[in-house]
Amino acid sequence: MNAPKSSSMRTPLARVRALGASHSGTSDFWRQRLTAVAMTLLIVPVIVVVLMLVGSNQAGAKQIFSSVPIAIIMLLFIVASAWHMKIGMQVVIEDYVHNEKIKLASVMANNFFCIAVALASIYAILKMSSGV
Amino acid sequence: MALSIVHRATGVALYFGTLLLAWWLIAAASGPGAYANVQAFTGSFIGRLIVFGYTWALLHHLLSGLRHFVWDLGYGYKPSEREGMTWGALIGGISLTVLVWIVAYTVGGGR
Repeated sequence: MNAPKSSSMRTPLARVRALGASHSGTSDFWRQRLTAVAMTLLIVPVIVVVLMLVGSNQAGAKQIFSSVPIAIIMLLFIVASAWHMKIGMQVVIEDYVHNEKIKLASVMANNFFCIAVALASIYAILKMSSGV
Repeated sequence: MALSIVHRATGVALYFGTLLLAWWLIAAASGPGAYANVQAFTGSFIGRLIVFGYTWALLHHLLSGLRHFVWDLGYGYKPSEREGMTWGALIGGISLTVLVWIVAYTVGGGR
């Protein structure tokens, strides 16, 4: 049996190494765990902040977010969760959507959704913490 | 136990639940009127149900996710260990949710 001809000088192993079905290797796997660890560490402070906000009015909420550590904790959590859910939803899409065009559109919509939610939340926190 | 689909389902629920979180933050940054709208919603029966469900989904997904860390590290593959961690995530998620809500009602005076 003849091996298929290839114009590349790289060996077949070098071409596929660390890429896999996602074409991006294990980077998403790693980031999914990185953001999960981040949120595990942040969950207790975040719950404390949310409990502080329970029952307060808008002025009280704004006051709480004017605290620098609280704003930073919430920003870290939002970045980690938006990234985590972007990867998670992409896995779900890739598992269930098999039409290539619909899959690409779904993955794109997923990116838009996560970035929009994250940016809107970040903007709101920065606005409150800078007291504008 | 077929709890892996619950992990995925809670993940998807949390995904769309972030809309509520973003709405709440934007309202807090916008002004008293917008914030009162959010409070009217979260104070309603449906709103409370959704926020309670969100709390459970978050805590369950967290504990259920911790099982994956154990598996990633190469432990917990025995049937008894898998069952134990799965029940732990299920019971722990419900217990912590109830605990958080008890604290919320205590400090917030019933929201």
